[in-house]
Amino acid sequence: MRVALFATCLGDTLFPEAVKSTAVLLARLGHDVVFPPQQTCCGQMHINTGYQREPTPLVQNFAEQFGDPSIEAVVMPSGSCAGSVRHQHEIVAARYGDAALQAGVATVKAKTYELSEFLVDVLDVTDVGAYFPHRVTYHPTCHSLRMLRVGEKPLRLLRAVECIDLVELPEADACCGFGGTFAVKNAETSSAMLRDKVRNITATGAEVCTAGDSSCLMHIGGGLSRLKAGTRTLHLAQILAATRTAPHPLVEALR
Amino acid sequence: MNSPADRAPNSTFVGMPTVPPRSPYGAGNLRGERAFPKAAHDELANEQLRRNLGRATHSIRAKRLAVTGELPDWEQLRDAGSAIKTDTMNRLPELLEQLERKVIEHGGTVHWARDGIEANEIVTRLVKGTGSDEVLKVKSMATQEIGLNEYLESQGITAYETDLAELIVQLAHDRPSHILVPAIHRNRDEIRDIFLQEIPGVDPGLDAVPAQLAAAARAYLREKFMTAKVAVSGANFGIAETGTLSVVESEGNGRMCLTVPETLITVMGIEKVLPRFQDLEVFLQLLPRSSTGERMNPYTSLWTGVTPGDGPQDFHLVLLDNGRTAALADAIGRAALNCIRCSACLNVCPVYERTGGHAYGSTYPGPIGAVLTPQLAGMHGAKDDPNSSLPYASSLCGACFDACPVKIDIPSLLVELRHQHTEQSGTTAEKLAMKAAATVMQRPKLFTAAQKAAGLGRLLAGRDGTISHLPPPFRGWSDSRDTPAPPRQSFRSWFASAEGAEAMRAAAAEGVRHPDDGIQETP
Ligand code: SF4
Repeated sequence: MRVALFATCLGDTLFPEAVKSTAVLLARLGHDVVFPPQQTCCGQMHINTGYQREPTPLVQNFAEQFGDPSIEAVVMPSGSCAGSVRHQHEIVAARYGDAALQAGVATVKAKTYELSEFLVDVLDVTDVGAYFPHRVTYHPTCHSLRMLRVGEKPLRLLRAVECIDLVELPEADACCGFGGTFAVKNAETSSAMLRDKVRNITATGAEVCTAGDSSCLMHIGGGLSRLKAGTRTLHLAQILAATRTAPHPLVEALR
Repeated sequence: MNSPADRAPNSTFVGMPTVPPRSPYGAGNLRGERAFPKAAHDELANEQLRRNLGRATHSIRAKRLAVTGELPDWEQLRDAGSAIKTDTMNRLPELLEQLERKVIEHGGTVHWARDGIEANEIVTRLVKGTGSDEVLKVKSMATQEIGLNEYLESQGITAYETDLAELIVQLAHDRPSHILVPAIHRNRDEIRDIFLQEIPGVDPGLDAVPAQLAAAARAYLREKFMTAKVAVSGANFGIAETGTLSVVESEGNGRMCLTVPETLITVMGIEKVLPRFQDLEVFLQLLPRSSTGERMNPYTSLWTGVTPGDGPQDFHLVLLDNGRTAALADAIGRAALNCIRCSACLNVCPVYERTGGHAYGSTYPGPIGAVLTPQLAGMHGAKDDPNSSLPYASSLCGACFDACPVKIDIPSLLVELRHQHTEQSGTTAEKLAMKAAATVMQRPKLFTAAQKAAGLGRLLAGRDGTISHLPPPFRGWSDSRDTPAPPRQSFRSWFASAEGAEAMRAAAAEGVRHPDDGIQETP
């Protein structure tokens, strides 16, 4: 399948390893992975902060870059960006766009997937041949959970990973407190939420906390790092892309 | 309608109807005095408050999940509730007139109050007309919203709250912190201390045991119930078809107030009307399960006008607007008016759980309050209007939407409200920054250059590769979170590099390997 990868602005800039893993995983599964080079950002941060006029060109650019009919699916390692493309772009297009943009947005929306959805729903695979001999806990990010309803899909993928020790996260459904600019505008409330999330994560004794969104992991990882907690964060794609022949560097580091 | 050209030269063109009024400034308890982050700062420092809140919300949450989970048709009930409320809002004027007719037919009197000031004056006039200088109160959001107790007091009339939690708040000279459990932020020891201090003649050996505390309140209230001539209630529902009013409660204090006094005055927000008697079937399932996590609330009172020789002989219904028609004229507000005040969204909200209700400054706290308060009272475009901070008091986690029995999409409403706010607020530094960011991101060349510049962020990082101090406005972020130094290479430059191309080729050639079966056929 010809799959276009949307790296997300955050993933592209700050967390390229998660995007590399996504690309490698899709290639390993036999897909023709393309990266439309004019892509930038889905505009989610703008829209969620209350700006819809300003990111209209971003919505337009997204629709143009991924509208190519030869692209069969648009896949992204981010539940919140997929949520924005699927639920917010049409709001912006209806308000500030023309009929052409509205049509473009609808076309792209129909083939946009977050990684775990694409693997499980579209490709119908749960075992991607991954190997990850570590104790891992999974945080279901809010937008994956409630906007996309990915449900058990990421957990099914994780359970199929060879040698993984998957432990349940207490109060997993609770928000980590990131919420984009919320963490800046209401930094103290956000910190209080983060504290509880970090406490629950360290209580599992996991070496790694994983999730399907680099933004939430940046928040959680930032809190874990500040507290010098032993747990580190890795994107779900990084675990799924690790194999016996190409193990994640963590395997070496902990040896 | 005549076109301007058809009009006689001296006729007056009245123009478009004026925008309906918002709740007035300075009246009632809709508007807080401080922006949310400031108010939250103080509440967050109160460890006891956070423990009380955490405990209470967690236990209600668990109960709610149990009783909603056991209904096979819960989702259909939510759809029905949402559909009935949407229909109600779409023909609110007609339903209210029907309600008015029916109440009058059954011997009641109906008053229309444009805002809290008018409602307070109407109630005061009615109470004074009975010759009484005290009233019993059934816990009511509408009278809390308009500050009725305070106004009555200024007019020499004492209001006694009869709901246990509301009584605790009143005796403590405090404000409610929750729609349903106003004293949720207080624990038993605090309550005992309040009772010891404020209830005349209370047993000084009172223990912080729920039964003893309840008994003390009961003894205090019993005498009031037997002697008071006037009661003021709110209403959970008003049925247009029959003119029936309804109050749903747990303690029986409401039942006493609604039946014993001679005069009953009900203050009802106009959005509480329901078209048909049969609609109660849906809401009497949705409400208790969502709010207290009970299958059925202990007391449901229904009354229709007056019945000679039985119950209050004088019944008044005050229909309160106070910003509701303004909200109705707005797509966001119209959706928010569907709220049945069950408080499920508060109990699941991670922000509410940490800050409590006072941080929102309004009678309506929590997720729905963050929508409803600015809708009823406006955001007034001014930067320092505390109401403008409310739409941002959410991480948009969506738990409220999942919990809401009438499926109000609160996160989307908040995003829309934020948009409304930024559109009204003119040019701000934030708006310029957002515009600049969009301009950069809209041009891939500039974006790539910006990524390179972001790489310079490595200069900020310590030897461990993390950034632990950031300048304002990001200082709050870096107070409790490290930020990783930006990597040397972005994904796009890796993908375009020879190394990236080789990695992709190798991955495609390797396919998916499983330990037992060698190479799997690629799909
Ligand atoms: S918004 Fe929904 S969940 Fe919140 S109080 Fe209203 S009805 Fe209940």
